[in-house]
Amino acid sequence: MIHKYSLNGFNIVLDICSGAVHVMDELGYELVDYTSADMPEKCPDEAYNALNKFSKEEIDETYSELYELVKEGLLHTPDDYDQFKGKMAPAPIKAMCLHIAHDCNLRCDYCFAAKGDFGHGRKLMSYEVGKKAIDFLLDNSGSRTNLEVDFFGGEPLMNFDVVKQLVAYARSREKEYNKNFRFTVTTNGLLLDDDIMDFINKEMSNVVLSIDGRKEINDALRVSPNGKGCYDIIVPKFKEMVKRRNGEQYYVRGTFTRKNPDFYEDVMHLYDLGFDQISIEPVVSDPQISYSLTEEDAERVGQEYEKLAKKIIEMKKAGESINFFHFMLDLDQGPCAIKRLRGCSCGNEYVSVTPEGDIYPCHQFVGIDGFKMGNIDDGKIDNELKAEFSKANIFNKEHCRDCWARFYCSGGCNANSQQYAGGIFNKHEVSCLLEQKRLECAIMIKAALAEDEE
Amino acid sequence: MKHVKTLNKTNLKKTAAKGGCSECQTSCQSACKTSCTVANQKCEK
Ligand code: SF4
Ligand code: SF4
Ligand code: SF4
Repeated sequence: MIHKYSLNGFNIVLDICSGAVHVMDELGYELVDYTSADMPEKCPDEAYNALNKFSKEEIDETYSELYELVKEGLLHTPDDYDQFKGKMAPAPIKAMCLHIAHDCNLRCDYCFAAKGDFGHGRKLMSYEVGKKAIDFLLDNSGSRTNLEVDFFGGEPLMNFDVVKQLVAYARSREKEYNKNFRFTVTTNGLLLDDDIMDFINKEMSNVVLSIDGRKEINDALRVSPNGKGCYDIIVPKFKEMVKRRNGEQYYVRGTFTRKNPDFYEDVMHLYDLGFDQISIEPVVSDPQISYSLTEEDAERVGQEYEKLAKKIIEMKKAGESINFFHFMLDLDQGPCAIKRLRGCSCGNEYVSVTPEGDIYPCHQFVGIDGFKMGNIDDGKIDNELKAEFSKANIFNKEHCRDCWARFYCSGGCNANSQQYAGGIFNKHEVSCLLEQKRLECAIMIKAALAEDEE
Repeated sequence: MKHVKTLNKTNLKKTAAKGGCSECQTSCQSACKTSCTVANQKCEK
């Protein structure tokens, strides 16, 4: 199976099951339609007829190149991944999102946490609950060495003393359990001060700084309870934070909505502010809300991704660099096929814990009826639900089985599917359209940069 | 090759045999928290 597309002057053919990417001239790109896994060594007559604008010699030459690729296992690689289905089973829990504060000092309109409190009232996680959650992770992580803990909210800095205590506690157990904790934190930045910055930089492997881009865009939705935008407060703090991290291991992370389909400008604005690790992502919200992105917006958003991709190529060629999260792709050494087949692993290897100690499949499932998996107080977890989530992979999602993007996207976001498509195994159309477009752009960037290497 | 340029020769399927150790980051932990993008994660091996 292949996926072919032309973008920005590149004819790209992706061999889906091997992951090989080919850039072809016009002839190759057309002739590939006449090839298959069991293609004969000699070019079929119908191909000569259909491509008669090319000479027979050229066609033969190209045909034999394609034939060679098939033989090498780089084109029309058959899908025999079914043999790995058995690896999609319940597994140890190795990653946890700690909802350290279900409270927030902003009231961002699109927040999936229902303005910070996840719809269940404002609450901070106590040290005791957090400690039990860490113990739960230690006890349920089996032989996994690397354990990830995200401090999330609401706004985690509103309960930062507990964050500090929990980091210290987890570190104190690392040796005995032979584990390596990796912490990350996502913050809106309002409370960042010297002390907190230094702590984060010492202890956290990644920090996600929330900002949407241009001042007017950011301040339209990222507002304090009195309605005032936060741009002017957070920008200097984020700059300082990143400077103190030597510009490494961070993301400035924002959301675009139907109101700023020109989010290219926001990415470039962030770059102009001095940030080069950037993640600007589509809002996921109820289609009834005015700023929600729908299938109708996919084309417009797609054009913006293309514009950004072209700009990134131009910048790279000029020796500048911008790392756009959703275009990151390593064609040679990405994750293994098993990970790609498994998907996000929420509810199986990854769980979220609320201030009350309730366990949910992930941060986006918090508060959704029927998805509470247990409570860390007794440490018992609904294994049936866990098993169900272990099945949420591309083998069991009808729409993903044959999707060309399945080894990159890995089945999409279960929470989005649950909330906006009626079930974790269902298709959330607009997410798929955007994901596929991003991947096409990411691969095209590789093609453009490879051309330059020659 | 004259008509085809291959950007990468790795074979995904080969990575399946030894893969699946789960020592790498889960996808939602890297930045996004709203979408699943696995291909941009790093392998720890
Ligand atoms: S660390 Fe590498 S081999 Fe292990 S699951 Fe992740 S991508 Fe696969
Ligand atoms: S793009 Fe959609 S159909 Fe394709 S793998 Fe992702 S979720 Fe599945
Ligand atoms: S369901 Fe969605 S939000 Fe939750 S971990 Fe998976 S990709 Fe992330």
